[in-house]
Amino acid sequence: MSTPTATTSPARPEAHRLNGLLAPSGPPRHAGALAASATFGWRALLKIKHEPKQLTDVIAIPVVFTVLFTYIFGGAIGGTPGHYLTTLLPGTLVMGITACTMYGGARLAQDVTTGVFDRFRSLPVWRGALVLGGLLSDAGRYLLAAAIVVTLGVIIGYRPDGGAPGVIAAVALVVAFGLALSWVFAAIALLVRDPATVMSLGLVVTIPPTFASNIFVQPRTMPGWLQAFVKVNPISHLAEAARDLMNNTSGAGGPAAWSLIATAAITLVFAPITLHLYSKQW
Amino acid sequence: MRYPIDPFTPAVELAAAPAIEACGLVKVYGETRALDGVDLTVRRGQVFGFLGPNGAGKTTTIRILATLTRPDGGTARVLGSDVMSEANAIRARVAVTGQFASLDDDLTGYENLVVIGRLRGLSRAASRERADELLAAFDLAGSAGRPVSGYSGGMRRRLDIGASLIVTPDLLFLDEPTTGMDPRSQVQVWELVRQTAAAGTTVLLTTQYLEEADQLADQIAVIEHGRIVGAGTSAQLKARVGSGTLHVRLLDGEQRSQGQAVLAGTLESPVQFGPDPLTLSVPLTAPADPADTGRLVGHAMTRLAEARVAVAEVTLGQPSLHEAFLALTGHPASPAAADHQATNP
Repeated sequence: MSTPTATTSPARPEAHRLNGLLAPSGPPRHAGALAASATFGWRALLKIKHEPKQLTDVIAIPVVFTVLFTYIFGGAIGGTPGHYLTTLLPGTLVMGITACTMYGGARLAQDVTTGVFDRFRSLPVWRGALVLGGLLSDAGRYLLAAAIVVTLGVIIGYRPDGGAPGVIAAVALVVAFGLALSWVFAAIALLVRDPATVMSLGLVVTIPPTFASNIFVQPRTMPGWLQAFVKVNPISHLAEAARDLMNNTSGAGGPAAWSLIATAAITLVFAPITLHLYSKQW
Repeated sequence: MRYPIDPFTPAVELAAAPAIEACGLVKVYGETRALDGVDLTVRRGQVFGFLGPNGAGKTTTIRILATLTRPDGGTARVLGSDVMSEANAIRARVAVTGQFASLDDDLTGYENLVVIGRLRGLSRAASRERADELLAAFDLAGSAGRPVSGYSGGMRRRLDIGASLIVTPDLLFLDEPTTGMDPRSQVQVWELVRQTAAAGTTVLLTTQYLEEADQLADQIAVIEHGRIVGAGTSAQLKARVGSGTLHVRLLDGEQRSQGQAVLAGTLESPVQFGPDPLTLSVPLTAPADPADTGRLVGHAMTRLAEARVAVAEVTLGQPSLHEAFLALTGHPASPAAADHQATNP
């Protein structure tokens, strides 16, 4: 870009370039809360576009879980893989999305510790927009993960009796729960301010409740204290609700209601905590 | 929370308010008083240079004024609005380019600018158009589609300043805009600052470089250890050091001590050894009539000749801003400068 002329006569290299560009911009404007959140969501998508490997987890985890668990445990527990899929696939959906929930937090921890955060803070936009925009892009990632699990399941033999409406309802329920967990990890991210710590804490927080649930096996053979935990574990209710919806076995819709209550409760507790922690970084 | 005064302050009065009015700003980090009572007034349309060594409190002051950090004490109004209670009103009208590039490394230069444009409330089309214009003006059009992670330091800094001009701000903060830059990029940034100021934007820039302050700033404040130790125009600051400095270069280094004694006796000023073994320098206290300076110097030369000290070169210079800086920040160039600082708190 540098030309010899510019190097030898460095005076006023852009003297005429800015002419007219610096005219007063009129009364100050700013983006509304929703527009700003959408812009931050778009920014997150742009980052994925430039670094597609960010999607590795969203793609690999559902694929590995669906295929691996179906063929490893399927025959042993459920008779045939096809039969076991009816129980397992909705659970894999829950697990595949739960396992991706810490990435949004890790990204937030990254954002608040780099110089670009100062730029965002210096703008007259709603403070929560960066967090909410992150959640918007998280929703996109969760939907992608869900699509992979369902598509793969259908390919290897799963036939949801609930049809498209059942599957869509189950996916919506699970994504909503994933977004509730996104708030938890956003709060953790703002507390620890280190992406790697968020990731390792994420594993600690999500792995035990995922396995100590009814996703893989019914809890009949577990010790009593563990059965008690499995029964109150929201992930069990969520998996049960997803099964009911996808397989059209829903009775009174109890598990779905419990899942919604858990989702609302987690969100109502952690969204204000996150926004409070966020405004303290401000 | 708003100060009750604001709803009753006519818009005209707000428009006439100084760009920056800070009073007794204090910021404490642990045991360190990063700012220890900073007072600052910047008029509209000025380029204000904030000069000081590393860790003096320049960045902290900018962060408080740009509503990025809360002060622990004192008050500040920026463009007529209070930094604590009316932060958003300030954010809508100021822009900050920090010392460390505040850009998204994974995004392209173009995308970086469009994101800021959208957040500044421009439409999608207006953001794109503005991004293209600024990239062209800042000599970055060729790299617009490349991720910023591949940009050189000078390119990043230009893009960062461009991001601050997406919507022309009334007040632009530039924190050490040319630190670590090659001379060509430095001249480009200076030109940008001049054009921005010419277009009516008030600029507050911090710098460690005296030349930069001298080149750009209408007014300069010198800060050290969280306190303003001097303020004024470049010429005023220089004048505070004295009327000038006499530099004498001898033919023979052996005679330097002898020359020092003669000059000290004649000029009644402390005489310093210069950086090379042949030179002596004497800060001159201003005589009542400036015209007498020449006579003082002539007299000193006569006495040197009488003492058979051979002189190769004599120069009488205005004090440099460098000397003023040293005098003001308490890293004395000479004992006289230290005395000077003591009498000018």
